[in-house]
Amino acid sequence: MLETTWFILWGVLWAVYFALDGYDLGLGTLMPFLARDDRDRRIMYNAAGPFWDGNQVWLITAGGVTFAAFPATYAALFSGMYTALMLLLFALILRGISFEFRRKVDSDAWRRVFDGFHIVGSFLPALLLGVAFANIFQGIPLNADGVNEGGILNLLNPYGLLGGVLFVLMFTLHGALWLGVKAEGPIADRAAAMAEKLWMVLVFTVILFLVMTAFATNLFVNYVNNPVLFVILLVAVGGLLSARAALGKRSMVKAWASSAVAIISVTLFGVVGLFPALLPSTIDPAYSMTIANSASSPLTLKIMLGVTLVFIPLVIVYQSWLHVTFGHKIKDEHLEYEEAY
Amino acid sequence: MDVLLLSRLQFAFTTFVHFIFVPLTLGLSILVAYMEFKWVRTGELVYKRMAKFWGKLFLINFALGVVTGIALEFQFGTNWSRYSAYVGDIFGSLLAIEATLAFFLESTFLAVWVFGWDRISPKLHNASIWLVALAASVSAFWILMANGWMQNPSGYIINGNRAELESFAALVTNPFAWQQFLHVIFSAYVLSGFFVLGISAWHLARKSNVDFFQRSFRIAAPFTLVFALALVVQGHHHGSTVAKYQPAKLAAMESHWDTMTRAPQYLFAIPDPANERNLVELLPVPGGLSMLAYHSFDSEVRGLKDFPKEDRPPVMMTFISFRTMVGLGFLFPALAAWVWIRRKDPQSSPLLLRILPWIIPLPYIAIQLGWIVAEMGRQPWIVNGLMRTEDAFSAGISVGQVAFSLTLFVMIYALLVALNVFLLSYHGRKGPKSQKDKSDDIQAEAVGLRTDAIPA
Repeated sequence: MLETTWFILWGVLWAVYFALDGYDLGLGTLMPFLARDDRDRRIMYNAAGPFWDGNQVWLITAGGVTFAAFPATYAALFSGMYTALMLLLFALILRGISFEFRRKVDSDAWRRVFDGFHIVGSFLPALLLGVAFANIFQGIPLNADGVNEGGILNLLNPYGLLGGVLFVLMFTLHGALWLGVKAEGPIADRAAAMAEKLWMVLVFTVILFLVMTAFATNLFVNYVNNPVLFVILLVAVGGLLSARAALGKRSMVKAWASSAVAIISVTLFGVVGLFPALLPSTIDPAYSMTIANSASSPLTLKIMLGVTLVFIPLVIVYQSWLHVTFGHKIKDEHLEYEEAY
Repeated sequence: MDVLLLSRLQFAFTTFVHFIFVPLTLGLSILVAYMEFKWVRTGELVYKRMAKFWGKLFLINFALGVVTGIALEFQFGTNWSRYSAYVGDIFGSLLAIEATLAFFLESTFLAVWVFGWDRISPKLHNASIWLVALAASVSAFWILMANGWMQNPSGYIINGNRAELESFAALVTNPFAWQQFLHVIFSAYVLSGFFVLGISAWHLARKSNVDFFQRSFRIAAPFTLVFALALVVQGHHHGSTVAKYQPAKLAAMESHWDTMTRAPQYLFAIPDPANERNLVELLPVPGGLSMLAYHSFDSEVRGLKDFPKEDRPPVMMTFISFRTMVGLGFLFPALAAWVWIRRKDPQSSPLLLRILPWIIPLPYIAIQLGWIVAEMGRQPWIVNGLMRTEDAFSAGISVGQVAFSLTLFVMIYALLVALNVFLLSYHGRKGPKSQKDKSDDIQAEAVGLRTDAIPA
């Protein structure tokens, strides 16, 4: 029971991370397509301004919780996906400094360098996280010692790559919608028009991904055995449809929230399909990392559960307050603000 | 070159660079919070400008601390997977608690502080930077409980092929970890104090923004002195906990070869590890080492020869790093006392003003040396007495993979350090904005603060 609770929390933490950091990673990825001048770019930086760092902490927490609650999974997953995770790390470093340093020297060349870092540092994490999670859904060739026997390129299989494309599309749609919330004028119109196009491609990709999931993974077994779980997929579909409907009415907050629901339920769809495994082995199911063979001791799980149940709701409260306090439209006065990005 | 060696190099390198950024975050957040507190209390705009100026330097440094910190969390899994599987039950949970309690608070309220100058009341605004300072210390606490557990494991049992938590209370009352925590935060405060003093002195020597930097100087002076003195006393106690829990490390720190009572302390020595002796030993203080380690001249101090060769830490690096760190540790209170005496009129001592900017690197060096003592002195163990470093690295990764990541780390981190030094000195030299802007008046009026106290 304790292990199952932690399995759910594990999935939820990753899902929340995608729903939050997803929009600022998506914004960075879209920068070359939506920004026409420096003012546009600054609007896009500042749309993520007060939020991106707090969003990124969900990644550190999701990683930390994997380490704490399922150490053997953490060990197998992180060493098994070594190169992909290192690239993710380098990309996140470049993105972080692009926010903080872009405006610290008044020079076009300086800004161009950091804009480059920002775009690469936003696109690569979106792609890599998608590739990584599709490979988790599918399983990797883990041997009896929990070691990945595939080469370093084994993650780049068709299903893994499709997962990467799916995440890039989910995040860019999410980012375009957030820009619609935060910006006004021509750039907001361009963001909404872009969101409409991205939505079409995303729906097509989601369908393709679900079809491939049926062939490439065992995720649907749990759903066939417990058809009530199909609710998760229904919520995902509902989120996508509601995002499109709200987008049509240019009701951007609602569209963004619907997109967040869709991202969370797509992630949970995969996670629930994995249960009770966290990282399946494609060599032998007996070598899979599961809640049974990789969970921490009951004492650690209990203490961590206490910490999580007290502090995560608190985090949600103050991060929501942050989003409300700084949820306003970005105007010239905000760009003139001394500390603005 | 093998995976073990490359992984050790990579972890050492990334930790060193991470810890260039961490100490300033810990200490400068407190000084900035205090400066803003003075503004909220007195309404004098110079304090607000101080909070903004030093806050900008804080932010440059903070961003780098965050991005290089993620690299460390990842590497436990990527490069040290057997370690992670073995200790995750304890070590992993401390990292997860750190993120949950500290990182969310720190990142969220730092954003509130940076972007909230004219959106929330000055009191709430000041509270946010105090929360950031608190969160930084909370984060230091949990990460040092984790590192302290590697130095002196407590509150665990071995169950099958891994260590499991037995007592959370024993984990967070680990005396070794507490000493390490205090040592890290005190040294961080000293570093931050000298950082503010050094930049202030640079400007005062050039007579730029005199009032502004005199006040900064005056705030940093007692802060630096108090923690420089506290660090000497606490450092001594920390040494005693090393003697108690890691006798091999203590022996390496002192290059002490033979177990004896009334062990002398040599003020000057040159180790000769190949022949298990010291080449030169000068100026002995009889019984000094026994006294320092166990507070009694007659106590026995174990020598390195008492430990099997395969259980001894590298002597030369540990010894030199420790000696140099201690030397610097005594220099800081002396300098801080000089600063404190001149705090009311620092310009009366041009020599002091000329020296102080050059002092800025020294606490950085002392802190890095301290980590060499802590981590190299723990070898050959990754968890003292429980697991050897050579048994901890990831099994499934190749030399090529680690060489690739290490190369990129070196390239990217060189860029980060260069950026940090460039931006800190660029903005540090530029000084504060001299014009008061209209938001100053709006913010001050909102809470009935004075708007006229800013000098031209």
